[in-house]
Amino acid sequence: MTNEVILQVKDLKTYFTVDEGLVKAVDGVSFDLHKGETLGIVGESGSGKSVTNLSVINLIPTPPGKIAGGQVLFHGKDLLAMPQAEIRQIRGNKISMIFQDPMTSLNPFLKVSTQMIETIVLHQGLDKDAAKQKAIEMLKLAGIPAPEKRIDQYPHQFSGGMRQRVMIAMSLSCNPEILIADEPTSALDVTIQAQILEIMQELTKRLGTAVILITHSLGVVAGTCDTLCVMYAGRIVERGPTDVIFEDPKHPYTKGLIRSVPRLDVENSERLYSIQGQPPNVIDLPDCCPFYPRCEKAMDICKKKYPAIANFEQGRAVSCWLYSGAKDE
Amino acid sequence: MSKYIIRRALSLIPTMFIIVTLSFFLVRFAPGGPFSSEKKVTEQVLQNLLKKYHMDEPLGKQYLRYLGDVLRGDFGPSFRYRDSTVNQLIAQTLPNSMMLGTIALSMALFAGIGVGIVSALKQNRWQDYLAMSFAVVGISIPLFVIGPLLQLILGLKLRWLPISGWITSRDGWKTLILPALTLSFPYFAYIARLSRASILEVLRSDYVRTARAKGLSERVVIGKHVLKGGLLPVVSYLGPAFSGIITGSLVVESVFAIPGIGRVFVQSALNRDYTLIMGEVIMYSLILVTMNFIVDIVYGFLDPRISYK
Repeated sequence: MTNEVILQVKDLKTYFTVDEGLVKAVDGVSFDLHKGETLGIVGESGSGKSVTNLSVINLIPTPPGKIAGGQVLFHGKDLLAMPQAEIRQIRGNKISMIFQDPMTSLNPFLKVSTQMIETIVLHQGLDKDAAKQKAIEMLKLAGIPAPEKRIDQYPHQFSGGMRQRVMIAMSLSCNPEILIADEPTSALDVTIQAQILEIMQELTKRLGTAVILITHSLGVVAGTCDTLCVMYAGRIVERGPTDVIFEDPKHPYTKGLIRSVPRLDVENSERLYSIQGQPPNVIDLPDCCPFYPRCEKAMDICKKKYPAIANFEQGRAVSCWLYSGAKDE
Repeated sequence: MSKYIIRRALSLIPTMFIIVTLSFFLVRFAPGGPFSSEKKVTEQVLQNLLKKYHMDEPLGKQYLRYLGDVLRGDFGPSFRYRDSTVNQLIAQTLPNSMMLGTIALSMALFAGIGVGIVSALKQNRWQDYLAMSFAVVGISIPLFVIGPLLQLILGLKLRWLPISGWITSRDGWKTLILPALTLSFPYFAYIARLSRASILEVLRSDYVRTARAKGLSERVVIGKHVLKGGLLPVVSYLGPAFSGIITGSLVVESVFAIPGIGRVFVQSALNRDYTLIMGEVIMYSLILVTMNFIVDIVYGFLDPRISYK
């Protein structure tokens, strides 16, 4: 990991218009991604993790979605201001994605070879035969046995774990600078999850690819990510190096999340901790801290205004009145 | 695959047997008979008529006799059209209906799929609203309104096309346009709605998102990743649609004076022309089961997830 920043997300806002009102799915998210870094984004369902990353490559379905503000700078160029033809050269090439459900993410009507080759031909300018060789090589790297035979099969002939390996091979086939993995293991068996994460880590290390790993599993984050962003109701509430956050979580939500993980090294006489209450309804959210109804340390000001970001050493940032307020005094 | 085809083809035999048997008895049990609307005939003449057509025999014997005839490909004489056999009547009218139906369905297919694709891609915009209102009109307005309306506008007012007749008349192939247009209308509307709905579903699918995330152009995404899955329901609709449309339409044939099989079919039912009804039912069923059979096989080629064993 070097210090070169390759992706800068600045104050990203993605809103969805639904019948009930305006959903601010992502509301002012900022983070930097360095070359070769693995960045984890955690949060519960509906916290805006996936929308953030679909917004990064400008794939939000419009309508109902709309990127209402912010910038996504990739090597200094704003992806959101780019014409479609130009961003298409980046998608799948410099920035590629893996999705949650490998059972539905591959086209069931096309052979794996067709789907892999079309990407390689498009972005690398190889002819079909060379592209096929490259695809076979990638499948081999992703741990698919007999890739030269299996490449001509259809997705339904692969198991879930194998399909996700195909997705990984496909997404890395153009040596992207960034791989966005949107809950790549959530739909898989626990035993397969570890294998898939391992393959992904190994390949991205080898290729020097930076990874944005979206997940709701803190266990996955702890084992793989250099940096961690915790999202809640469309905003990043805490950001910093993974090990530091696990050591000393600052935001009450992060603290709650970490306490909710079952641990082997603690006696299991106690009941497992869980954060009380429900995730907020994000339709027409007022300008308060959305976590205050569930927060053990809620204060009056939490109901009135969203806390400013408080910065700490080692690049940590927390949005909570416990810290923002203290700094003002 | 070939094993499957043979097995499916063999299974058509019992299907057809059941259809023949059921319709034979149903037709016989309907009140009235082929000679009940004749002008007054003496008892003796009626007896002679019944004897000539073997209708004086017990029903079971008639059934076996009929079955034997059908196996030899002979549908027997018509009870009403005295000089024609059922085979002749079908041979005279079915090709006309088939030609008209094929043209109409091809038109409906091209226009329907085209409109379906456009409205799916422009969902909830004016193109979509326009196309879908047009489709609702197409489904809800009966053919006996559309037909005369087209005759009135394109035939009588604008004088572009002949209002009736058949290709054997001096207007030639031009006579086909208006009836084909009329006949295709409900099919067009249905195909447009069907393809729109299924393309919309595919557009929302994960694999289309993957295709876009790979950086493919919208043209490739639609042409390569969306259409195949999106048009499969249209393929399965084609079987019943084709057999329905080529067996003629009473309304269109009456409005445009076309010598097709639809009119003969309805007439035969009203006349209790037993052999003719049976002949037509058998023809229709044969076409329907064959079309469904073909669609199933084509489906196997289009969808790799289906395997025939």
